[in-house]
Formats: sequence, structure tokens, C-alpha cells
Amino acid sequence: MQMPARPEHRRRYLRVAVAAVAALGAALMPAAAAAEPTPSPGATPVNRAGTSFFTATPVNAGQPVQVAGFTGDYLYWSISGSAGQITEIAMTVTLPPADERSGPSTWTVDVFDGLRRRQACTAGAQTPTAAADATEVVLGCTLRRVRSWAEPWSGDPLPGTYYIRLSVIDLPESDIGLPIQVDMLINSRDGGSSADDGELKAPLVPAGKPGKIVTDAEEPVDPSASPSPVEAGSDWISFDWISFDWLPDLSVRWIWTTVGGALAAVTGVIGFSLTWRRRR
Amino acid sequence: MDAGAFRKTGATVGYRMPKDKPSKRLVLSMPLLSGHLPIATITDVIMRKRPAVLLLGLLAAMSTIALPPAPADGAEPVATEPPKVELVLDVSGSMAAKDIDGRSRISVAQQAFNEVVDALPEGTQLGIRVLGATYRGKDKVAGCQDTQQLVPVGPVDRDAAKAAIATLQPTGFTPVGLALREAAADLGVGETPRRIVLITDGEDTCAPPDPCDVAREIAAQGTHLVVDTLGLAPDEKVRRQLLCIATATGGTYASAQTPDQLTNRIKQLVDRAKDTNAPAPAQVAGNKECAGAPLLSPGVYADREKISEHRWYRVPVREGEELRASVSIALDRPVNRDYGVLLRATAADGRELVRGTDAGSERTDVLSTGLRWSASETDAESGPPESGAAATEVCLVVSNSFASPVGADGPGMPVELTIDVVPASPAPDAPGLGRGWLLLLVLSVAGLVTGVISGWVTRWWIATWRTN
Repeated sequence: MQMPARPEHRRRYLRVAVAAVAALGAALMPAAAAAEPTPSPGATPVNRAGTSFFTATPVNAGQPVQVAGFTGDYLYWSISGSAGQITEIAMTVTLPPADERSGPSTWTVDVFDGLRRRQACTAGAQTPTAAADATEVVLGCTLRRVRSWAEPWSGDPLPGTYYIRLSVIDLPESDIGLPIQVDMLINSRDGGSSADDGELKAPLVPAGKPGKIVTDAEEPVDPSASPSPVEAGSDWISFDWISFDWLPDLSVRWIWTTVGGALAAVTGVIGFSLTWRRRR
Repeated sequence: MDAGAFRKTGATVGYRMPKDKPSKRLVLSMPLLSGHLPIATITDVIMRKRPAVLLLGLLAAMSTIALPPAPADGAEPVATEPPKVELVLDVSGSMAAKDIDGRSRISVAQQAFNEVVDALPEGTQLGIRVLGATYRGKDKVAGCQDTQQLVPVGPVDRDAAKAAIATLQPTGFTPVGLALREAAADLGVGETPRRIVLITDGEDTCAPPDPCDVAREIAAQGTHLVVDTLGLAPDEKVRRQLLCIATATGGTYASAQTPDQLTNRIKQLVDRAKDTNAPAPAQVAGNKECAGAPLLSPGVYADREKISEHRWYRVPVREGEELRASVSIALDRPVNRDYGVLLRATAADGRELVRGTDAGSERTDVLSTGLRWSASETDAESGPPESGAAATEVCLVVSNSFASPVGADGPGMPVELTIDVVPASPAPDAPGLGRGWLLLLVLSVAGLVTGVISGWVTRWWIATWRTN
């Protein structure tokens, strides 16, 4: 029996194995830490802000926001978030001259989702206090990674609109109404959606149109919409039961699993050959 | 749902696959087919076919996790009415004081008005009303009726408006409350919110009516009127009063200390009227209990709720649909330190389905919360038999835990309710497929082990077969 256990083969396997391990290591490396938000080149600055959820000014990531306001104003912006995104908000408020102010002030940046539910910040100075003689105060908030799906009962961040509200929550009353300058920059980075499954059918974008009260009389009653009784047995004749609904949708999982199967086959053959090669 | 579950699934698949049929076939058929052909040559062929390409393809497959497109924002509701603003200027005697960069308050205001009229955004309708501009006498009753509309709300004739502004002389009393009431009447009622910009340097000298009460009263009329206030003198009483007016109507307060600040702020407020010109929410009045509560379709609603009051609404939700509701209660009055809002969805029989809640203790403009709900399978099973596509009525109740030293007998606090009914997003099934490097590793090791075992078994089998 002729056995081709030439040494270069082993070296080749070794090389392939090393390459595979290297690729694996590279892929397992954590994503590079996020840098400071920088404005994207060519983005038009926004110099407006809304005063309520309803009138929030839409802003894009990387678009610098420069707004003149007054202490005590509640300034609203909105940004859209998609699955896998991590949004970072960096804000600098230039305070009124110290000689016009009478004490320290506490500022806050609140973030709400499309249903006006409060969202947590995972990092950043969300409620800093500016000393009486400070010239500016820096605020920041890093949101949780947006999920692609969540149970209705959960408060997880979902794709849709996010509202950002800047306000001063504590200050001497005599300091209200003094001019401030707000600079904001929002950065969105991809946090990966590998841990997610499922899909939100409609993003959390609030309805904007005025509602309409329906009276009991107009309540749609459609008798044809009620389900027809299930005809037992007919399925077996019509072959309607042959469907491919149970197959998962096309996704990256198919590639992973197929590649995994191929790898298993390859290593299986390698393993098989190893036991044979030893025999001379 | 979690990654661990997927990996487990993947591992099971990988383990079972070589063990069941394929391994058996390997053991039996390979030596027969190849007829003692060295197995290594097969692997040789596989490996020689460009392992680098294989590896590259592999890596490419792993890295292409496509980003989903950003969800498109819902179509902006288009307002059919032009934005309407009225500037209300105090021309009382105190406006003659020369304390803004050495210039009189009235001249600074006149300059600012001229610039605003020049820079008026296209399509914005502007009106100007003055108070305390004509009556020179001492009679308070007569002086407190002194308010006129200088420029009617409508498309602005710039020259005429400027000429009218130039004639203003600081004169009389300060009937702020009356002027606000008249300004609200000037702007009329329509489908979009209106804005009043009140510019004054002094306290109202004509109360009653107290301007803050007037502001609450016009805000409660459901005409969606916002009053932004600008103070021209750094005076504590003026600031309190203007803050109170602004808070009651959801407007802003600012104090202008330089001509530039005044001009820029008025321009900003006039621009804001244009930017925020959207149809106002529909008025609704919640019921005391769920039965008979107003039945809401998707959209935005406005209501008023008193402190510790419960307001009920109903929303029809069909099977396969998801209810989304959010509520905001505006703090239109000073409130005690700790407060909260609760939005509950209940079934018709009072069973709670889901709740949204938020609380706070700081200075804020609105307190809001929201909820999502869709009929789950277990709910449909345990609940009363539902007739398929027929709508279930979900009851929504808004309650609050505010406490306020004022306004207990006046109108309630403004409530904004947003209702949406969208297709439900069902819980994802276990995927049945795996993902991740661990999966590949487990599959490869399982393959290797199976290969080695089958190799040994084959050797043993051939050895037995030969000796026999």
C-alpha cells in the first residue's frame, strides 16, 4: 500500500491551521474603542432646536448643532436610531458671564425613545453641575445599543426616533433667562447586531397627525373578516401543508452553519487520514 | 434569544451530523470505492485547491454583517395654515428708561421690531399689538383698557408696519392680562398652534385679571397658544410674572440685556413658529372609567388632567396588531418636589396588561412615559374566546402624582396622548442555525474527532477482514 505521508503535507496543514487561528484571533478582538465624536465633513450645521417632543428638530449623526438659547429653555432634538447602533451625544453649554450669575447650576441631557420612554445613559456626564464661576459645562450620554427586537413589555432601545432634551434642572431662580450657547455633536457607531434576532415590524416613530375619535357606531365590524371554520382533513388532500415557513430566513447564519459543516467535513477527512498515515 | 442558545443549537447540529449517517457512509463506502486508494490524496486535492481562497471567502462571509437601513421617519404632517405670530409690545411709561447700552428700552424694541419685520420668513403671518401706548391720563380703569392692534395678523406690509412702529411713544399703564386676551382673539382659532411673543419691562399694573391666570385660561381653551416672554428689565417681580406666563402656556422666558440679544431672540421665536407649524393635536376628554371612554384611532390627542385625576380612553386593537401609546403631562404650574406619571393599559375586565411610568424631582417641562402592548398567544388562550379579527378594546388610563400649591380649582394640567396601532412584531423563533467562531470550532473539532474515530474503526475493520 502506498502512503503519501510526505512531510510537506504536514507543513501545509500546519500553515493552514496557523492561518485559521490567526483569522479567528483577529475576529475575536473587541471592536476598537470609540473615538471622540467628530463632525462629518460637509455636514450642514443645525442652528435650531425644538421646544417640545412634538417640535423637536431632527438632527443626523455627525451634524454639528450650534444653538443660541437662554438658561431655563428646554431644547429638543430628535435623531433616528437603527438596530445595532450605539449613539453618543457630546454637548457643551457655554454659560452666561459669571458676574451675571448668582450660583451653581445643574444641567441634564435626557434621552427618550419614540414612545417618550426615558432611556438610560451607559456612559457620559449626564447631569453635571457647573460651579458659579464656570464658563462652560460639558455633558455627554452614550446610549445602549439599539436592539432589533424586544418584547412589548420591555424597555429596551429599539429602532426608531430618539429625543434628546437639554435642560437646566437646578439653578437660582434669578439666573433664568440669561443667554447661553449650546454646541452638540452626535456620533453613531455600529455596536454589532450579532446577539439579536427578530425584527420590529414598525420602527418606534411617533404618529404626528392629529387623532380622530371614533364613535361606537363607526367601529368597523366586518363579518367577512371573522375566521372561517377550520376544515379538518382537507389539508391532507390539498398538500397545502407542504410549506417552507419553518426554514429560517436568509441570514448570515446560513453562511456560518454551511461553512461550519464544510469545515467539519474537511477536519473529518483530515482526522481520518491521520489514522491511516501512521501506518507505513 | 441569547447567543448562548444559538451556539448550543449549532453545537448539537454539528455533533449529530457526523455521528449519524455520514460517518457510517464514510466508514463503509470510502475504502470500497477508493479501493485502498490513499485517503490523504483526497485531502491533498482539497487542500491544494487554494486554501487561501477558501479562507478569504470564509472571512468575507463572516464580516459581511450588513447594516439595516435607517428607518424612514413617518411622513411629516403638513399644515395647511401659515404660521401665525403676534408680537405684543409694552409701551408703558417705564419703557422710556435709558438702561440698555445707554439707549431707551423703547428705541431698542423699535429697532428690533424693524429688523424682525425685514427678516420675516416667507409665508409667516405677523401681527403687532401694543399696550399702554395711547392713554396719557391717570385713571386706572381707562388706562387699563389701553391696548390696540397696530398691525393685523396677516401677510405683512413691511413699510406700513415700520411706519406704525416708529410712531410709538412710551405712555401709559401696563395691562398685560388684557393684551394677552386680545392677542389670543387676534390670532383666532385654527388647526395649528399660534405663538404670542410678549415683550415687557414691567409688572402688570392692572391686575385683576392676573396675567398668569389669563395665560392659564387661554391655554385651557384648547386653542394651542404658546406665549413666549421677553423681559427688558432685570427685575425679580417681572421675571416671576413672565416665567409664570411662559410656563402656563408651554412657552419660554428670556431676559434681553443688549439690543442684539433682543433682536436675535425675537427672530428665533418667529422662525420657531415657522419651524414648528404642524397640525395641533385633536382635543379629547377622557372619561372617569373605561366604559364609555372615548374610542381613539391612531394620532395625537390633547387633554387636561387635574392633579390626582384618572382619565380613561379606549383603543381598538385587532389580533396581530401592537398598541403603542405615549403620554406627556406638561408642568404648567409650580409643583411640589416629587412627582410621577403612570400610564396603564388594562383589558375590559380591569386586568392590567402593561404599564409605563416615570417620576422625577427636578425642574422640568413635561413628564412622559409610554407603553407597547400586543396580544400574546398565552393571553389569547387564557382570555375569553376572541373572534379572530374582531378588535379587542384596550383601556388606557392616565394618572399622575403631582402636588401643587396653586391652581387646584382651575383647569387641569395639559396632557398630550399619542396613540399608534402597528403590525405586531412576534417573538422570533429559535433560529435552528448557528453563528459565530465557537460554532465553527466545535464543528471542526467534532469533525476531526469523528474522522479519527472512523479512521481507527476502519483500520480495525480492515485488519479483522484481512486476517479472516
